[in-house]
Amino acid sequence: MAIDKFITLESPAIPLPIENVDTDQIIPARFLKATTRDGFGENLFRDWRYDKNNNKISNFVLNNSTYTGKILVGGRNFGSGSSREHAAWAIYDYGFKVVVSSFFADIFKNNSLNNGLLPVQVSEGFLSKIYSAIEANPATKLKIDLENQTITLLSSGESEKFDINPYKRTCLMNGYDDIDYLLNMKDKIEAFEKSKA
Amino acid sequence: MSKKTLFDKVWDSHVVSQIEGGPSVVYIDRHLVHEVTSPQAFAGLDKRGIKVARPKQTFATPDHNVPTIDQHLTIRDVLSRSQVETLTKNCENHGVTLFGLNHPWQGVVHVVGPELGITLPGSTMVCGDSHTSTHGAFGAVAFGIGTSEVEMVLATQCIMQPKPKKMLIEVNGKLGKGVTAKDIILYIISKISASGGTGYFIEFAGSAITSLSMEGRMTLCNMSIEMGARGGMIAPDETTFNYVKGREFAPKGTDWDKAVVYWKTLKTDDGAEFDSVIRYDGGDIEPMITYGTNPGMGCKISDTLPDGSEFADNNKTTFLKALKYMDIEPGSKMLGRKIDYVFLGSCTNGRIEDFRTFASFVKGKKKDKDTIVWLVPGSKQVEKQCIEEGIDKILNEAGFELRQPGCSACLAMNDDKVPEGKYAVATSNRNFEGRQGPGSRTFLASPLTAAAAALTGVITDPRELM
Ligand code: SF4
Repeated sequence: MAIDKFITLESPAIPLPIENVDTDQIIPARFLKATTRDGFGENLFRDWRYDKNNNKISNFVLNNSTYTGKILVGGRNFGSGSSREHAAWAIYDYGFKVVVSSFFADIFKNNSLNNGLLPVQVSEGFLSKIYSAIEANPATKLKIDLENQTITLLSSGESEKFDINPYKRTCLMNGYDDIDYLLNMKDKIEAFEKSKA
Repeated sequence: MSKKTLFDKVWDSHVVSQIEGGPSVVYIDRHLVHEVTSPQAFAGLDKRGIKVARPKQTFATPDHNVPTIDQHLTIRDVLSRSQVETLTKNCENHGVTLFGLNHPWQGVVHVVGPELGITLPGSTMVCGDSHTSTHGAFGAVAFGIGTSEVEMVLATQCIMQPKPKKMLIEVNGKLGKGVTAKDIILYIISKISASGGTGYFIEFAGSAITSLSMEGRMTLCNMSIEMGARGGMIAPDETTFNYVKGREFAPKGTDWDKAVVYWKTLKTDDGAEFDSVIRYDGGDIEPMITYGTNPGMGCKISDTLPDGSEFADNNKTTFLKALKYMDIEPGSKMLGRKIDYVFLGSCTNGRIEDFRTFASFVKGKKKDKDTIVWLVPGSKQVEKQCIEEGIDKILNEAGFELRQPGCSACLAMNDDKVPEGKYAVATSNRNFEGRQGPGSRTFLASPLTAAAAALTGVITDPRELM
């Protein structure tokens, strides 16, 4: 079950300057009743996007057509809370390819990488620069280069390196799936079991 | 030999292979499965045309979606029913042991595992659920995973994970009156914040921790995820062995003796290094309560809240946003605040000890008539024990009723939803916006504090009624 390949991306970004955006906000529990992976984008940030009568809340950023793009820029400690992969599915299904933050919760980060959604962790300083640049010009673009592990603000040319596990980087760049890798290790796993028995 | 921590010992002995520049391939002894995060994983296996690799090491139970009344009837919510039925079907197809609805062992997955002796010291455990950290109370390396990883473990019995950093949290000293394991963990999270443990696996140690019962230790480890940690664990000791002994899936006879010999080696060597060490004084902890919208926003129950002026800009915005959602004035007090609901239950505080605590506190007193109280056992076995011990009678006499087991109002996927704008004192683990139902407002606290609120209808220091 290959994931989509990711090499580089140039896109404007959508700012969500809120800290501790937890998975219950990304996709509220009542939308977790599906048995397939499809369609979660519709309910991304449901309770921030819609009021209880299902009317759009106009001042929420996803409802503001000034901001577009495939990059979501969140505040510190993005994706905290539950292990629900539905959070990563919802963000990806909505159309994002990258989430930028100054700090990610662990499980969210893994889940994203397993689904071709790239979490890019930047410094607090760079995060503020991104927010200021978008505020000055919502069409301003970010460039994410996975091979060189850089994120660049194209308006100013300012750039920062980001970390990613080299194995995960290879997987993303080639669209590999961890499970295929492990299925090929069957003998090794069985040998391990015997050694423990 | 180099000195190892408890975590190193368990983790290292389960590494099948180390990928160059990448994660470790870690062997998983026990895999717990529930209905919400598994259907897409089973579908993945079916698509690949493969079966669950080690069905005997895989255990499933429905918990998140189940109603907590009339469980013998079909589930009315169509989507919930379909998820529970899908779990049943998947378990049948793949030969996985299922404790389905109405099975005497059904319950919240993290209550069921320990109760049945599925959770063992020195083992590795995963579940598609962040509170898998609960099982660390036994000296297991246990952590939550996402659905792709559930598929991975179903397919191969292994998982790929980079080895986390190690943190030691030591709490020494004697706990004061009315201070429970829940207060210890809410205290710790309020100190290190909801992200302070990110990237770490925590070992809890110190006299205030080792003096806890297994139930208390589970409450503590359960919430290690709420500080962002991968998991938390406690070295196994006699308390652990006594709890595990004789349980359904625990080793028996000579296997047991052999296991205990090994389990006794599972402690951090003198001089082993941690990446971070934090120490607290148990005597400083009081009954705790949260006021905000993440578990790190907690305080001593008698505290006056900050007015916001002491925070740096970012933190101030977060603080004010949370208080606005909660409709609480900065600088006000928690005590005496009117509440509408009380929830006793969840994988944090839905065990028999929690029900004993609650019952002995309310014994001979009367429930506040305006407060709606949901008492939800963590499992069928807890429910049965409550009846056998006469806890249900004590509760009835005080005006309360027991419900049937499940996650219930912890995440409100079933009908147990706190209405918009209403306040709940909950013994569960998350106070996120809308966690207990759209617009709900949650105060996390211990079973004692919940009991006090259930009697008075306001936030009350339980020590005053003890
Ligand atoms: S009780 Fe709550 S936290 Fe525990 S498994 Fe259920 S939903 Fe998750």
